[in-house]
Amino acid sequence: MPNPDAEPLVEIRDLYFSRGANSIFKGLSLDIRRGQITGFMGPSGTGKTTLLKLIGGQLFPSRGTVFVEGHNVHALSRGPLYALRKRMGMLFQSGALLTDINVFENVAFPLREHTKLPEQIIRDLVLIKLEAVGLRGARKLMPSQLSGGMARRVALARAIVLDPMMIMYDEPFTGLDPITKGTIVTLIKQLNNALGLTSILVSHDVEETMSISDYIYVISDGEVVESGTPSSLKQSSSEWVQQFLNGYPDGPAPFHYPAPEYIEDLLLGR
Amino acid sequence: MMNWLQNLGRKGLLLFEGLGRAAIFFVGMVGGLGVALLRFRLTLREIYSVGVLSLVIIVVSGLFVGMVLGLQGYVNFAKFNAEESLGIFVALSLVRELGPVVTGLLYAGRAGSALTAEIGLMKTTEQLAAMEMMAVDPMRRVFAPRFLAGIISMPLLAAIFSAVGVLGGYFVGVGLLGVDAGSYWSQMQASVDFSEDIVNGVIKSAVFGVACNWIALYEGYDAVPTAEGVSRATTKTVVRSALAVLGLDFILTALMFGDI
Repeated sequence: MPNPDAEPLVEIRDLYFSRGANSIFKGLSLDIRRGQITGFMGPSGTGKTTLLKLIGGQLFPSRGTVFVEGHNVHALSRGPLYALRKRMGMLFQSGALLTDINVFENVAFPLREHTKLPEQIIRDLVLIKLEAVGLRGARKLMPSQLSGGMARRVALARAIVLDPMMIMYDEPFTGLDPITKGTIVTLIKQLNNALGLTSILVSHDVEETMSISDYIYVISDGEVVESGTPSSLKQSSSEWVQQFLNGYPDGPAPFHYPAPEYIEDLLLGR
Repeated sequence: MMNWLQNLGRKGLLLFEGLGRAAIFFVGMVGGLGVALLRFRLTLREIYSVGVLSLVIIVVSGLFVGMVLGLQGYVNFAKFNAEESLGIFVALSLVRELGPVVTGLLYAGRAGSALTAEIGLMKTTEQLAAMEMMAVDPMRRVFAPRFLAGIISMPLLAAIFSAVGVLGGYFVGVGLLGVDAGSYWSQMQASVDFSEDIVNGVIKSAVFGVACNWIALYEGYDAVPTAEGVSRATTKTVVRSALAVLGLDFILTALMFGDI
């Protein structure tokens, strides 16, 4: 069981980010603790993926700071930032495998780019990681021949091939059948515990996220609405959180897109 | 009126913003050229896909353009009994103008559009973002090798185009219309100057290579990451490359041959 009082690996302080006139984060502050699986839940379009890109230094906030292992990500120059990124794995929603090379080469890609290891060792390392995700037999397939779930598992093998300290999962369960979803859930949990990783999981799949996260932040409208362990979230008194967790169609998050009065629209809107 | 002015201002700002981004992109790509040279295998692979795979269209077009030049040249030179000068006409037209320009246009259609689509799809499927997160700089790993490959390929393709065109002109002029083979070659040899004509042609095609590949790669990089965005970017690449080639050709021609 991970230590609930572990020191934070990622510290986000007073983070502001906007796209055009659309402000996505308005003073977000939170901690992600070492060794835990931290889940981020929230409706589509609340900037969950954006948050991962901010942590990885791919986007710049308009204000506020993101510390990873004590380094202010957005103040790092290219060299140290890239050195830090080598220790952060990221699993993209689509897998983001390189489409012109096969499964084996995809997993070997970070090794070939960053190390000068002999071919035999690269082969062994890649096979170990592929074995961990159950796809050692698929090493010769091209990305186009993989199902969505397989592609994500290959991407997972690639994300852990440099033995990172943390992995960020961007919507890892979206569009998967129940069996594959179960596989991914188990893999995330196993990898986190076996490799001593810190996992950041962004998803709107309530059931799966609740089942494996040690701590969860519910985000809406650029702010943390609620946070806590999965069991404490279920007890939340917030109507909004209850609506989100239980999937009620109407509530604090309205069913209707803002519109003039219905009757006026029908009778007078001609 | 106010609206119209606002619109104009907005479009102007967008234009300059786009140019600025393209310039930053260019600097980043040039910064990666060292890596592209050091890891030449990456560049070689790209030379295959933009250069070798463009050969068929270049050779066939070169042949036909040369044949048309042979025919048109013969018909007009025959009016002055100057058929023997056909070789000069065919060679100079190709080496100075048609070789680099038509190759540039064909390259934009064949290789440029393919580059934009490839990069656009890499962006859409988050491959570029994934590389960044793996601490691999796409500028060095993806863009610079393709850019270098394009700059190397374009003059070679233009040279092949011109050479095949000269043969096409020979085939029609000498083979079909009866111009004397000796005068076709000897007049060409006597009048085509190495530094004045051939080197200038190579410089032109290298400049077109820089322009076409810069446009193609940037449009892919800047594409809206959707299927529609990529298809739009591909169209933009072909249109903008064609305009750039023709515009630059005028400027270069004026600089190179303007004072004669």
